[in-house]
Amino acid sequence: MKKLLWALPVPAMVLALWSFAVSQQWLTLIPGPFEVLLAIIDFTFGTLYDDAYSGTLLTHLFASAGRVLGGFFLAAFSAIPLGILLARYARFSDLVEPTLGVLRPIPVTAWVPLVLIVFGLGSHSAIILIFIGSFFPILINTLLGVKRVPQRLIEAAQMLGTSEREMLYKVILPAALPSVFAGMRIALGLAWVVVVVGETVGVPNGLGSVITEAREVSRTEIIITGMIFIGLAGLATDKLLVNGVRRALGNSPLLPN
Amino acid sequence: MSVAAVPYEPATPAPATGIAGVELSGVGKKYGQGESATEALRGVELTLPQGEFVSLIGASGCGKSTLLRIVAGFERATSGSVKVRGKPVERPGPERGVVFQDYGLFPWLNVADNVAYGPRQRRLPAAQVSSIVDRFVKMVGLDRFRDRFPHQLSGGMQQRVAIARVLANDPAVLLMDEPFGALDSLTRQTLQEELIRVWQELSPTVMLVTHSVEEAVFLSDRVVVMGGGPTHGVPGHVTKVLDIGLAHPRDITSPAFNDLKRELLEAIHHPAH
Repeated sequence: MKKLLWALPVPAMVLALWSFAVSQQWLTLIPGPFEVLLAIIDFTFGTLYDDAYSGTLLTHLFASAGRVLGGFFLAAFSAIPLGILLARYARFSDLVEPTLGVLRPIPVTAWVPLVLIVFGLGSHSAIILIFIGSFFPILINTLLGVKRVPQRLIEAAQMLGTSEREMLYKVILPAALPSVFAGMRIALGLAWVVVVVGETVGVPNGLGSVITEAREVSRTEIIITGMIFIGLAGLATDKLLVNGVRRALGNSPLLPN
Repeated sequence: MSVAAVPYEPATPAPATGIAGVELSGVGKKYGQGESATEALRGVELTLPQGEFVSLIGASGCGKSTLLRIVAGFERATSGSVKVRGKPVERPGPERGVVFQDYGLFPWLNVADNVAYGPRQRRLPAAQVSSIVDRFVKMVGLDRFRDRFPHQLSGGMQQRVAIARVLANDPAVLLMDEPFGALDSLTRQTLQEELIRVWQELSPTVMLVTHSVEEAVFLSDRVVVMGGGPTHGVPGHVTKVLDIGLAHPRDITSPAFNDLKRELLEAIHHPAH
């Protein structure tokens, strides 16, 4: 509760400055906070304007969140095992890592045309793009996390009667967890970036398509509304991930608070 | 007592046979092959009767830690034989508990779960695991801290957890690699006294590597002095074995204690061969 009070002054100041700037006509192309508030209300509940955006929040939010989570989990389920294999088997790493090294610097935006050609317009392409964007942060962090497990912990586990087969689950994964988890959080944040990119073309719904279309019809208050909901949705999925992992793994001291 | 995860023989009650706790004969260790090979250890002969407390001491590079790691099974001797309770050492195992200088606790497990790790690996029933944990957490004086995680404990407390963790496996041999080297001197003294108390209660065979002459004399039945090493151009080897022969508790200020310290220092710095 106290934390919430501390969080309020900064947004309040931004709102005040914004409002003042609009009233002084320093900002002429941007609507004031009150107009945006009305747009948020209408976008959420659909009681004010009865236009194409009225009451469509949940449709767009679920469309975007579905793509984000789909691409993100696809990335997590492939990048975590691959990262473990790369860290554990030098030969496999020699085989695969150079290729990954070339693929990694290619920005997601550069993948857009190719992905659209292969997967066509629609949800699939957005999910694939999110997968590509989320894949490398998880892979790299898993790889480093597993490689950096202290040899001492492996020796300790050996002398306490841990077989080589059990080592992965008993020691390596728990020890690498903070790093894997950090990679997942970075990836999930990136997924919300990529979903907006992915939804700029060829999908009729999603928060990214809302702000792209609103720009075409000069509905600036809708653009800002969309941005605010993307921020809130990103925050919400991050909290869900943190709490979900916490719940699944108990109160591990290696996880952030 | 149905399924055992790893071959394991409980250490107590100790068999009343003449089998040695640790038996090293002709133990050598070479790293690398051919011309570039370096020889870390050569011809180490050492037998520890069950329940004996032996310290290994010597200058850096003399191979004392390597010898301990060979007994632990982390490294293989390249020549000679290494037996614990008559069985050749092939890999690390719970009958040889290792206490490291940097503790090596599992940071994601609390004190109780760290201590329970070994018994759980041995697939002991839950009730037995919890009674073992209770016993050893109490024995090292950490009863009030059993829910804490390693990072919430001081170095001395972490080392107590590490000791309790290996004792929970009822080890025949306790291998300690400069266990108190990272601790301040007061904590160090307390832990030395507690180690003696634990050793007297459970009587495992102990091999302890140390840099401290005083620690060696204070704790051990016998002190093994090692010399050589890469900087000396000869492989590490045993230069002297000294019987301590003082009754516990030992007075570190007594003349007899200091005579032994002097004799050891002499042997370390001016080896006879």
